[in-house]
Amino acid sequence: MAPLLEVRDLTVRFNTLDGVVHAVNGISYKLEQGETLGIVGESGCGKSVSVLSLMQLIPQPPGKIVAGQVLYKGQDLLQLGEEEIQHIRGQEIAMVFQDPMTSFNPVMRIGRQVGEGLRVHLAMTWQQVRARVAELLDLVGIPGAGARYDDYPHQFSGGMRQRAMIALGLSCTPSLLIADEPTTALDVTIQAQIIELVKGLREELGMAIIWITHDLGVVAGLAEKVLVMYAGFVVEQGSVDQIYKDPRHPYTMALLESLPRVDRSSKDRLATIPGFPPDLLGLPPGCPFMPRCAYAVERCHHENPTLTTVRDSSASPAGSGHEIACWVDVSTGEEQ
Amino acid sequence: MTAPTIPTHTEQGQPDPVWIRQAHHTLVKIRGLKKHFPITRGVLIQRQIGAVQAVDGLNFDIYRGETLGLVGESGCGKTTAGRTILQLYPPTAGQVIFDGVDVTALTGEALRHMRRRMQMIFQDPFASLNPRMTVARIVSEPLRAHKLASGKAQIERVQELLRLVRLNPRFINRYPHEFSGGQRQRIGVARALASEPEFIICDEPISALDVSIQAQVVNLLEDLQAELGLTFLFIAHDLSMVRHICSRVAVMYLGKIVELADKDELYEHPIHPYTRALLSAVPVPDPDAERQRRRIMLEGDVPSPINPPSGCRFRTRCPQAREHCALEAPTWHDAGGGHFVACHKV
Repeated sequence: MAPLLEVRDLTVRFNTLDGVVHAVNGISYKLEQGETLGIVGESGCGKSVSVLSLMQLIPQPPGKIVAGQVLYKGQDLLQLGEEEIQHIRGQEIAMVFQDPMTSFNPVMRIGRQVGEGLRVHLAMTWQQVRARVAELLDLVGIPGAGARYDDYPHQFSGGMRQRAMIALGLSCTPSLLIADEPTTALDVTIQAQIIELVKGLREELGMAIIWITHDLGVVAGLAEKVLVMYAGFVVEQGSVDQIYKDPRHPYTMALLESLPRVDRSSKDRLATIPGFPPDLLGLPPGCPFMPRCAYAVERCHHENPTLTTVRDSSASPAGSGHEIACWVDVSTGEEQ
Repeated sequence: MTAPTIPTHTEQGQPDPVWIRQAHHTLVKIRGLKKHFPITRGVLIQRQIGAVQAVDGLNFDIYRGETLGLVGESGCGKTTAGRTILQLYPPTAGQVIFDGVDVTALTGEALRHMRRRMQMIFQDPFASLNPRMTVARIVSEPLRAHKLASGKAQIERVQELLRLVRLNPRFINRYPHEFSGGQRQRIGVARALASEPEFIICDEPISALDVSIQAQVVNLLEDLQAELGLTFLFIAHDLSMVRHICSRVAVMYLGKIVELADKDELYEHPIHPYTRALLSAVPVPDPDAERQRRRIMLEGDVPSPINPPSGCRFRTRCPQAREHCALEAPTWHDAGGGHFVACHKV
């Protein structure tokens, strides 16, 4: 069976006054029905741009989707016109944004905003919308949901707004929900509420999820597959167990080692990654992580590795689907 | 004035909490500290109609050479607490006794003199550095304010400070925009160190930084503490990092500290229901641990500090609240071995 979503060689650039920013540099991945994919990486690694491009949500210009295909149920979303893509947005693929404070219109009632998709895609009457919105707000755990339709966003707390945002995303029962750092602006106890909510809804509604975050802890508990991005490239991908228990890319390894853990006492110094991420205006010809990499060899300076399957991944059966973009086998320190 | 004592350190360079407590070298003593912000109505004739009780009665000691973590969710008053301790906000009530001197009673020149010994590192490395000042001017500002160095000596001192925070001393004539977030935070650290303080409040110094950069700054702070014998109050919401860097940890909720203990004691044996819920909510980068974990879910949101709940402030969200909790505020007491808690349950 064909996957729900298949992204092939997606490349996105931005033309700025300073030059061309290479935001996303040929990334590919697949997502099955009902599967949860975590995309992790630091700020500026292209994780948001890569998913915004799926639904042509980046401003063009200055942005430009230079190459690639986004096959959703076999249809290339990048070839669709503005009118056609509107039918996909919200109805087939919905999005939950990072900042619950700024992603609602402050002068429009919550109910209208949550119900907008119902009007547009399902042509419901306002009466039907009101009833359905109350159901949706109740589903995401907003107390007294029926009475909150006429509230304005400022009457909601941050956690409630993010719940309302999720209700908005779910309104047309999409097959794919994209969540772009949905809990980053929230406190940990509220974050826990939202994560449990999404887990429950995922089981109830059977939708696929792409969850973007820089928090490796959140992804560990939520995702089945993980994609690690660096400087617009996918440097490692695999199942959540493969990535966390058997990371093979020097960047993933260093990232995991630099995290202190709340459930363990640590006396040692934190491992650090020297330097800082590269400038996407002018990427060096070699591997983008090379200047910060402890394993770099001569080849890394002039050739950028492509994703290849890890041969002997121990954490999961037969190492299926575990891929890294690295010239070096980190277990031996030698070129592979 | 006594010279600062350099604390003993464990082999890994972290201050040994047991040593610190046994020695009882209290540097900062905080007693009944309150900060209420008035809410007023009226334009010409303003009358007070209420108060935001941002910090409402803090009692704790900070030992010389330790790192005390102050954690809590946004709006719990941890930043206000830090600023009130430094007298950046005049306290509504209470005392801050720094090295035997009540700084809340000081004014004018005496307070200014005291400020040299207490500094702050701010959260946002982009907003806390003046974009129109060079690094030299930013870092030397405390030197000028306290008349510690001028002319050539001032430049040399700035270069020394930059070396101390692992920045190239040749950067002194650059502007903040030329630096990355991690480097800017180092400039902020250099500025805080310029007046040779004994006590530094770090207000979320790493939360604006990327994961790979956070570890660099945390290691730097640890090195500086070992080198210079600094005492830190580390305000943060990242409980994993706090466990790593701190020797003791205080948990704040709605303007009050609910629990304070040695870090391993607090993380392994939390007593207060809020601390338990908070710790159970922190995600762990380990899929197996995540599958097994059981979260204690808190209902609803933090109440408003304008009109906090009666009795125990946590009772509206507490899974173990009883009738008694609404009537009387729990007392702050030692539950054994320096593990302080405010809860009716114990």
